[in-house]
Amino acid sequence: MIIDLIKQPWPWYVAGPLIGLIVPLLLLLGNKSLGISSSLRHICAACIPAGIPFFNYNWRKESWNLFFALGICAGGFIATNWLSVPGPVTINPATTTLLQQQGVHDFTGLLPHDLFSFSKLLTLRGFIFIVIGGFLVGFGTRYAGGCTSGHSIMGIASLQWPSLVATCCFMAGGFVMTWFILPYLIRL
Amino acid sequence: MLKNIKFLVAGSLFGIVLVKSQVISWFRIQEMFHLQAFHMYGVIGSAIITAMLSILIIKRFELKSINKEAILIPDKKFHWGNVYGGLIFGLGWAITGACPGPIFAQIGSGFPVAIITLLSAIAGTWAYGLLRDELPH
Repeated sequence: MIIDLIKQPWPWYVAGPLIGLIVPLLLLLGNKSLGISSSLRHICAACIPAGIPFFNYNWRKESWNLFFALGICAGGFIATNWLSVPGPVTINPATTTLLQQQGVHDFTGLLPHDLFSFSKLLTLRGFIFIVIGGFLVGFGTRYAGGCTSGHSIMGIASLQWPSLVATCCFMAGGFVMTWFILPYLIRL
Repeated sequence: MLKNIKFLVAGSLFGIVLVKSQVISWFRIQEMFHLQAFHMYGVIGSAIITAMLSILIIKRFELKSINKEAILIPDKKFHWGNVYGGLIFGLGWAITGACPGPIFAQIGSGFPVAIITLLSAIAGTWAYGLLRDELPH
């Protein structure tokens, strides 16, 4: 049955092109360029502008982006509750072994509960992974002028070299964190 | 309001694919940065190629949006924030295992703790707005 196939995890060669098709979909639906980190700026402009010039603009004209972000939430709900069978994410056993050695023990879901849960939020490790990590994502994407969708997909696909530079820096930052810093943070 | 419903639907499709391809999983991001799987590179790479071909087709045939507007893609101008901000985001990406899109998808997928990640990311964006004039660009 097709529904059983859909409920399995999708391989990269199905998921990647579908993600790529979101770009022409948004262009044709309303001349919108794919990008998600901007929604964080619009939320600041709408809720806590605090007289900061960077947040002084008509965010209502960009409200499509907030609907898009809300849609991603809804899509996450739909996919998890109706289009999936629960179970661990099948990753390379070498990665599992490495993470176990570093101190990750929960491999039952999309995220390890020993790092990401409300009960861990007030531990030093939980605070770093959830609060500091989130802060770096928000600060860094806005400073860089976009995230994986806005720069890496939309930007590179429209042949904008600053987006290629930004994407190389995303990867460089990720490698430095994963290889040289994260092993110590997980052990906290 | 009504004209925004279509973007809600487009976002839902995006969210569904993000979950079904497991790119919102912290484990997948770890696997990617440890160079132990092709999955994430395949997803991002084939997404870029599909988007690139789509844009070429739109430009080649001068397709219009459904409002009959000419399709316009604004140019991104280089500034050093692309580098410094990019590195900072990379650090956060590897810690949280999520970029902004996946944070929203994680919330919908039943990880309410990702709401805290989102609030922290909003705080980070706000801090950038506050400090913008002091930072090198």
